[in-house]
Amino acid sequence: MAAKWRQLSLVASALVLGLPLFVIVAALLQLVVGGDFTTLSHLWQTVIPEYVRHSLMLMIGVAIGVIALGVGSAWLTTSCRFPGQRILSWALLLPLAMPAYITAYTYTGMLDYSGVVQTSLRDLFDLSYGDYWFPQIRSVGGAIVVLSLVLFPYVYLITRATFLQQSATTLEAGRSLGLSPWQCFWRIALPLARPAIVTGTTLALMETLADYGTVQYFGVTTFTTGIFRTWYGLGDLSGALQLAGLLLVAVIALILIERWSRKQARYDQRSSRPAEPFQLSGGKAWLASAACWLPLVFGFILPALQLAGWSVERWQVWTDIEFWQLAWNSFALAFTAALLVVTVALWLAYGRRQLPTRWVRSSVAFAGLGYAIPGLVIAVGLLVLLSSADQVLISFSQKWFGWNPGLLLSGTLFALIFAYTVRFLSVALQTVQAGLAEIRPSMDEAARIHGYRPFQVLRAIHLPLLRPSVLTAIILVGVDVLKELPATLVLRPFDFNTLAVRAYEMAGDERLADAGPPALMMVLVGLIPVILLSRAMLKSQQNALKEQDFVPVTA
Amino acid sequence: MRLSKMQKFLSLSALALAFSASIANAATVNVYSARKEALIKPVLEQFSEKTGIEVRLLTGNGNALLARLENEGQNTPADLFLTVDAGNLHRAAEAGVFQPITSSDVLSKVPSHLHGTDNLWIGLSLRARPIFYAKDRVDPSELSGYEDLASDKWDNNVCIRSSDNIYNQSLTAALINHWGVEKTEQWARGLVDNLAKPPVGGDRDQIKAVAAGVCDIAVANTYYLGLMEASDDDAEREAASKVAIFWPNQDSFGAHVNVSGIGITQHAKHKDEAQQLMAYLLSPEAQQWYAATNNEYPAVTEVEWSQRLQNWGAFEMDDIEMGVLGENNAAAVKLMNRAGWR
Repeated sequence: MAAKWRQLSLVASALVLGLPLFVIVAALLQLVVGGDFTTLSHLWQTVIPEYVRHSLMLMIGVAIGVIALGVGSAWLTTSCRFPGQRILSWALLLPLAMPAYITAYTYTGMLDYSGVVQTSLRDLFDLSYGDYWFPQIRSVGGAIVVLSLVLFPYVYLITRATFLQQSATTLEAGRSLGLSPWQCFWRIALPLARPAIVTGTTLALMETLADYGTVQYFGVTTFTTGIFRTWYGLGDLSGALQLAGLLLVAVIALILIERWSRKQARYDQRSSRPAEPFQLSGGKAWLASAACWLPLVFGFILPALQLAGWSVERWQVWTDIEFWQLAWNSFALAFTAALLVVTVALWLAYGRRQLPTRWVRSSVAFAGLGYAIPGLVIAVGLLVLLSSADQVLISFSQKWFGWNPGLLLSGTLFALIFAYTVRFLSVALQTVQAGLAEIRPSMDEAARIHGYRPFQVLRAIHLPLLRPSVLTAIILVGVDVLKELPATLVLRPFDFNTLAVRAYEMAGDERLADAGPPALMMVLVGLIPVILLSRAMLKSQQNALKEQDFVPVTA
Repeated sequence: MRLSKMQKFLSLSALALAFSASIANAATVNVYSARKEALIKPVLEQFSEKTGIEVRLLTGNGNALLARLENEGQNTPADLFLTVDAGNLHRAAEAGVFQPITSSDVLSKVPSHLHGTDNLWIGLSLRARPIFYAKDRVDPSELSGYEDLASDKWDNNVCIRSSDNIYNQSLTAALINHWGVEKTEQWARGLVDNLAKPPVGGDRDQIKAVAAGVCDIAVANTYYLGLMEASDDDAEREAASKVAIFWPNQDSFGAHVNVSGIGITQHAKHKDEAQQLMAYLLSPEAQQWYAATNNEYPAVTEVEWSQRLQNWGAFEMDDIEMGVLGENNAAAVKLMNRAGWR
């Protein structure tokens, strides 16, 4: 009976989180039932084929990019020793703190026809535009490069954790059979890390699908462009929601295909001790070092320098109290939201582990879909729901107390935090689930045999083992919330601004230098948790080497 | 457990903020604004100082704010909705979120083609969207109007931003009114054929492209040129000095202008204060600041133009009824979709 209630409450809470997505599904159903295809068929005949083509190109390109950068750097920093390897192992997380659209702005500023690079080229060789070939930064290719540079740390972070705990015996078996380090990587480590790579890439691709800022700035028309063009241009919000519904269906299909393709395989490994690293020297060491510095320099250092330059130009801003208020707003909001999102993720992930019924599994999976939907679309779904809930609350309160409490749910921070939960639950869920997967059922059983009550099992065994992945989840969600823009813009209360909003308002007016200080501050605020995460990662790695004992996942 | 204390504190402060936002105050007026904070807040602060009425501000994307207004319905805290572009104003009027402006004092200040249908909103400032040309390569006598953008003479020589942009949608909507759908669609196809580069980047990028020699003529809003002229980046100022404004269609319908405007919401709880703020925004001092700070043209005819606007010269504006731009907007987008203007 208790299990039944538990299952019900799990399904219910997952569905509540999925409610804004239902608004999108409802729009799609309305389309199927109502049969009004005028907007869609116009779009289908004119622009949709191009949008879909661009979205596919972008996804394939970003997938290749993040896997190459993320897996490559993760393997090099975990299994090899070369100069700079220790710094790199945490510094490679830094690009996470950089919002993609900010990176897009800085590279456009440098590489466009009026940017420093092309202008100096023209001056130096006395050329005029068109006399020489130069790659167009505002293009699908440019968007792929920028998104890969910003998103590869997801793959790096999760894959690295897996490489760290890959059992030494498996790798050593390979080496004793005469495999070179490269062959070890290709034939053993890589196939074994597949679930981690897929998880990281999925996160990166969902973020790519939901991205609007970068592609819009680059003038690359993707499916998301279509959603907003239908809404803003044609003034057809329900048509826009229908397109979002199609996107949702595509994402579900992708996830199902991936699940199905690895259905038979199992990847459990008992890690007794980590493998001995390869010592690289000479040219190989330099090459490895360069390969890892490259994404760091282009994904973080260059854009950060550009932001710093703008911030110096606008130094007065830093003495403004209001500016620090913005920073505090952003930080407090990110921290609160991250704690909440991870708590919810823990509750759902636990439920799914203990009651893996079909209902629980599918409702939890549904609640995690928000990550692939543009934040603005989620915000609209949420507005519809919360305003009607507010309406009910207000009429209730007026009837019984004769008092109008105003909008308690929409238009307050509640709405914002709800939106973040819907949007970023997936990040927390994936991280926590990866951690939970490492706690084998046999541990629970052993504890129960020793007379531990379920709650004691949680406290004495699960929590200590889960700590690193919970920390990772908090930080990933916190950094995401910090950078979040579209939902914040629509749902925030009066006179409440964040760094992301300020940076966007300035950059949206093409006042890039004014966007510098808030963007840099956003990166700095985001850096603190990322560095904390890196330190936790290093520590757990050292512990692992010392104790040669159990290594927890994802940190 | 230091964490949980912090957590409690934060959630308490979040709650406090949430509640303070929902308590209505007598001497306040609440504004939803699609105009960015830096371009509106100073003038609102002046108003507060003068009248003692507190102004609470929420900025954001015009369409999103409209969706919020619609969903909040009669419970909305917003008393005024300020948005840029005739298309957005029209959409808001159609959605029924405005109530008619009745104060004849307010209405008489602004020419009637800048009023919404049934006086549901009123214009605050105008933004001109002329043609820009390279001073060293183009003789302005070669130009006549927006027709040129599609003419073979400028093959591979025109720069304009994406049709996603509302300014281009409004321009096309105005042309539909003057030329009809068929001719405008032909024009759009010709323009697409003439593009020197894909229609990417902002307006400022198009002006810079002319300066860099990517194309000889471009379309952009004038205030971007103003921003470039006043920039503290030498390269931007130099680029600005290489281009000049051509005021198109001076012998026919005039240069295309768009509008930023404001309306009182249907369910305003502080209607009196809202009217006062609206009147203040149309006062000479507010108009001068509001227009000059973003290099726009004041909506009140008697208000003097800023020095920069005077330098760019007087011109004939298209005095098309602004509501028409909104009515034609969807048709314009579909037309641009068909013409392959990305």
